[in-house]
Amino acid sequence: MKRVWTLLAVFAATSVVVFPAFASGGHDEHGEGPKDKASESSEFILHHVADDTEFEFELPFVHLPAIHIAEFFGKEPGQGLFIEREPGACSKPVEKSQEAFGSIFKFMNGCWDLRPTKAVLSMWIAMALLGFVLFLGRKRDQNGVPQGTFANIVEALLLFVRDEIAVANIGKEEGPKYTPYLASVFFFVMTVNYLGLIPGFFTATGVLGVTIALSVVTFVMTQLAGLRSAGPVGYVAHLFGDVPVWMKPLMFLVEFLGLFTKPFALLVRLFANMLAGHMVLFFILSLIFVVNIAAAVVSVPLATGLYMLELFVALLQAYIFTLLTALFIGQGVALGHHHHADDHAPH
Amino acid sequence: MTSIALAFLSSGIGAGLCIIGAGLGIGRLAGSAMEGIARQPSAGGDIRGAMIVAAGLIEGATFFALVICILLALKS
Repeated sequence: MKRVWTLLAVFAATSVVVFPAFASGGHDEHGEGPKDKASESSEFILHHVADDTEFEFELPFVHLPAIHIAEFFGKEPGQGLFIEREPGACSKPVEKSQEAFGSIFKFMNGCWDLRPTKAVLSMWIAMALLGFVLFLGRKRDQNGVPQGTFANIVEALLLFVRDEIAVANIGKEEGPKYTPYLASVFFFVMTVNYLGLIPGFFTATGVLGVTIALSVVTFVMTQLAGLRSAGPVGYVAHLFGDVPVWMKPLMFLVEFLGLFTKPFALLVRLFANMLAGHMVLFFILSLIFVVNIAAAVVSVPLATGLYMLELFVALLQAYIFTLLTALFIGQGVALGHHHHADDHAPH
Repeated sequence: MTSIALAFLSSGIGAGLCIIGAGLGIGRLAGSAMEGIARQPSAGGDIRGAMIVAAGLIEGATFFALVICILLALKS
């Protein structure tokens, strides 16, 4: 019973924070004169999900100042991690055609802004949390049996990753070798996803850069797996496939593109799922301000339900990311057994 | 109609078409999986795992199409 009351208290506290926080954000005026509520709401939502150098923890009636994370690492261009390779590169505005990927073009023009952002901060928090939980979960007795709550949770999840994801897709021999990487990815993505669901925090996996980095590491892992098991010659030979000679160039094109579409699908899936989930949640809540206060009757229960769905999606996306990584690594490992067996792995 | 309006219209219609395809795909997948599990409950675990992988792949293809729609809406 005590636990139920604690849960209820936490739920009440979070709902007190999240719902009016949105209300206060929706009515924020940035000194640009009155605006209609629809565009105000959409601006707030886009600002909420976009990566930024300042971290705002919004409370109902208190206006807390935003924490400028980046300023701890250099305020002006040329200070600390705010490196300016070419004078004036940072103060120059980005061209209209390059706005969609502004930071990349700024980097290429010589403005190396390496200061941490909201996403980096939330990943650091996730890593610290994960390290703490895994440290608590290290307890074993002399027979290797886990002791205590955390140790059992960690053991169950790790066994799941090893048996259901790694061994099931890579094989009994090679699977355990890739388990450390797969478990790291699983725990990291899961923690970051769940951290983003706590009101006031930021979803780092909803930022394109984070998922790109994750899938680049996965890409390197899958190619290394292929190289390791088939050798350089077998690896290149696989790119041309088992087809007549005149078809080899075409096959190479297809296989070469296939190398990149797999991790690309991986990165877009994680990014779009985390971003879209949060945006839909806020869009439904913003009906209160855009349409009528009476819309709360519909939108608050709907948003609560969607939040519950998001709790599931956060775990599911971590699982799918790890599972597909294991599948691709398994395909790479299967390259080595290509010429010995008649039945090769499906592509 | 201006070209910008056409781009917005096409991205909206495109997003709708994406969802129709994805809904059909995942719906058929889930239906077949449930039939399979109902016929052979003992194979439920394997079927569920294979279903999630296939659903993830369908979802990936859908997101490719949705990215094109979003790019259309953002570029215009």
